Amino acid sequence: MRITRVRVIVQAVSIGLFLFFMFITSFSTLKGYPVSLFLEVDPLVAIATTIATHRVYQALVWSLVLILPTLLLGRFFCNWICPMGIILQFTGWLFNRRSDKDRLDSNRYRPFQQVKYYILVGILIAAAFGSLQNGLLDPIPTIYRSFTTSVLPTLDQATGTVYVRPHQHQYAWLAGGLFVFFLAMNLLIPRFFCRTLCPLGALLGWLSRFSLFRIHRNLDRCTDCDLCLRSCEGASDPHSALRQSECFVCFNCIEDCPEDALTYSFFPTGTGQVREPDLNRRRTVFAVVVGGLFAAFARGTGDTSSNFRRTCIRPPGSVAEPDFLERCIKCDQCIRVCPTNVLQPALYEAGLEGLWTPVMNMRMGYCELNCTLCGQVCPTGAIQKISIAQKRGEGEWAAVGPVVTGMAFYNRGRCLPWAMDTACVVCEEVCPVSPKAIFTREYRTTDRWGKELVLRRPYIDPELCIGCGICEHECPVVDDRAVYVTAVGESRSKDRSLLLNKPADAPRTSPPAGEPSAAPVQESRALVGFESLTDLVHGGGERA
Amino acid sequence: MDRREFLRRVGGAGAALAAATALGLKLHDSRAGDRYFRDLATAESQTLRRFRVEPPAGAKTLGIAHGSDVEAMVRAAVGALGGMNAYIKPGDIVVLKPNVAFDRGPALGATTSPEVLGAVAKLVREAGARRILVADNPINQPEGCFHKTGIQAAAAAAGCELFMPSPDRFSEIAVGRFRTDQGALEGSRGLALDNWQFFYEPFRYATKVIGIAPCKDHNLCGASMTMKNWYGLLGGRRNQFHQQIHNIVSDFPLMMHPTMVILDATRILMRHGPTGGSLSDLKPGNTVVAGLDMVSVDSYGYTLFERRQPPPDYLAMAQERGLGSTDWQGSGPAELTV
Repeated sequence: MRITRVRVIVQAVSIGLFLFFMFITSFSTLKGYPVSLFLEVDPLVAIATTIATHRVYQALVWSLVLILPTLLLGRFFCNWICPMGIILQFTGWLFNRRSDKDRLDSNRYRPFQQVKYYILVGILIAAAFGSLQNGLLDPIPTIYRSFTTSVLPTLDQATGTVYVRPHQHQYAWLAGGLFVFFLAMNLLIPRFFCRTLCPLGALLGWLSRFSLFRIHRNLDRCTDCDLCLRSCEGASDPHSALRQSECFVCFNCIEDCPEDALTYSFFPTGTGQVREPDLNRRRTVFAVVVGGLFAAFARGTGDTSSNFRRTCIRPPGSVAEPDFLERCIKCDQCIRVCPTNVLQPALYEAGLEGLWTPVMNMRMGYCELNCTLCGQVCPTGAIQKISIAQKRGEGEWAAVGPVVTGMAFYNRGRCLPWAMDTACVVCEEVCPVSPKAIFTREYRTTDRWGKELVLRRPYIDPELCIGCGICEHECPVVDDRAVYVTAVGESRSKDRSLLLNKPADAPRTSPPAGEPSAAPVQESRALVGFESLTDLVHGGGERA
Repeated sequence: MDRREFLRRVGGAGAALAAATALGLKLHDSRAGDRYFRDLATAESQTLRRFRVEPPAGAKTLGIAHGSDVEAMVRAAVGALGGMNAYIKPGDIVVLKPNVAFDRGPALGATTSPEVLGAVAKLVREAGARRILVADNPINQPEGCFHKTGIQAAAAAAGCELFMPSPDRFSEIAVGRFRTDQGALEGSRGLALDNWQFFYEPFRYATKVIGIAPCKDHNLCGASMTMKNWYGLLGGRRNQFHQQIHNIVSDFPLMMHPTMVILDATRILMRHGPTGGSLSDLKPGNTVVAGLDMVSVDSYGYTLFERRQPPPDYLAMAQERGLGSTDWQGSGPAELTV
């Protein structure tokens, strides 16, 4: 079988696996599958987070399975494994039919391909200052994010088969539009994204300098017809001195050569090779400066410290904000798996650095009490893998207390029982903690016509509120909710806490008003199971 | 330009003009604003059918069973009504409506017990039902709710079909209006409910309907039992109905005429309802109630809370409107221990 045929089969398997993971990353189908596998083997994710955090988080060590063969074989990942590369190659093949002469011209190396190396340098420098930005252009997070926020919701709109209740994503057009832009640029310049922007490609290209196998041109056979450029994916100039850092090892040139002058061989000698990326030292220094300036400017706004936004409500299990920004790669897997649609890609909620990182938008969903799926799929530990018991502050976590993501407040000027003499308290109904964090006080008055009126007005018990936001989500004052959650009081950070004492400090009894069975609330819930992800999904705990 | 070409072009232009005019007239909407903004039930409105069946002679209308064996309690309670065979006939398509509102384990009593659902489904199957459909529109995320409440597993074990509340399964129904044999509408709207989005798809096929509700505290209306259970079939902005909670709960016996209702008081959520969340919020109830009149069933059910406060207003309101009787003792219920 021809080697390019083998490559297409590998590509089909790879994209199939990616799509399979993408579709099953959902409450009912997740089970124990390694749905973040492509992110975990992404060497740029591993290296950038390691630079930022000084450690390799869990499965990220698997990126070695890509780094090691790249050192041996070259940048094969780009044209054999990468789902983004596969989609770009496929759409180019489908929509970008050109004459042979056009194709030869469009596949010659161009100096602007060095841009990606400067992007990589900037990203790694920013990471060293604690601002992880590889996710903006890293193809694996980018493709995951594009599918989560745009492709799957679009498919659901067309077929209604992806979600039970449709998911929507704020500013979805931004991530989706960028994805379409990459597809469109493909028609002007083949593999524009891969050749010019991709920081992962740059990293692998730089690593390719060591590769022992490479494309070799036999000068005795070569007639300089340039047909090897016809389908050269990487624009790596196989017709002259091969640019090793640009070669995707797609083998199209070997296929296209009418003279059999090209081979893929071990340690070839004799022909000219350009082993290193075409980099200009002064520009590289400039990229270093820009990377540093990005981090400095972003932090200089105070957006992660004194000026943090009340809408920057992170999912449960998130590490403190500065640590979060060192870890989150904007892959939006948490957003994909979130069963209630509460997790949303941030625009500016978390500042410039936090673009596309997950925040909770309680208008679109709420945090399900018995759910920690977001942390289970997070490949970098920005959201930690926590248990239900830990989230709820039970069992061995009782002394720590529950994970608090924010705090609910009432806008009494908009709340129906507070402002409009109208009964409501849906917020109290849906409050999931026991005893409820929302309680009511009876209020007797007369309406404006003198008729007696008994209302129940809601209050927040700040020691019990965990910031899940279901009150805000269900509030009937739908445009500007009368009860709303803000980030203050979150338990992940001492800088943003609100109350001095923890809930565990205060033993509680039920309100005695009219309730005959006002026995003290005991710690009698038996949380069992949750040893594994499967237990969690199958609702293991809370059995008597 | 020759004559032929001239005629061809004039003919083409004429055809285009005619087609544009015809299309414009066909799509023209002559309704003025005064009609557009009225929410009227019309001959085209979706309506529910009445699923009530005449009880056999000598049967009770309220069956109360105490015990610990769930299936035995369900059999005894339904048996007092004349047995499931009196209500479900071979070939019937039966909708079971459990309360699956919250993403909680079954032990917390915020949702219908899967054992009760399974037992009812078993009886319905024994009576010869062709299909059993299980449907609810939970407050929390549906997949999680059906899964963690155990309802999904119980439904699957009993061979029921689960209906998830996807948006395409909702239609607006004219609440309280029913269709006569001639296709005209009769009946009138409820106090709170008029035309409203409803989880209609399963009822498109249904020939019988059984509501199966847990017995639980409710923060606003006191208690949530078999009447309040039908709230779970509403769609749209249903949280507005809290503004008239007793009106809407008393509307449900007008909206839904079920074949039977079952009150699952195997355990009772005494406080922090309707969500609960702690086992200490529960007390054992060891009771299953079956009835034909949901107002009677809930009037009895409220006594299980052993509260000093009077029963929720919606019970008396439903009785005043002739939708049922709060005098559960008056019907001569059968109370059994199994």
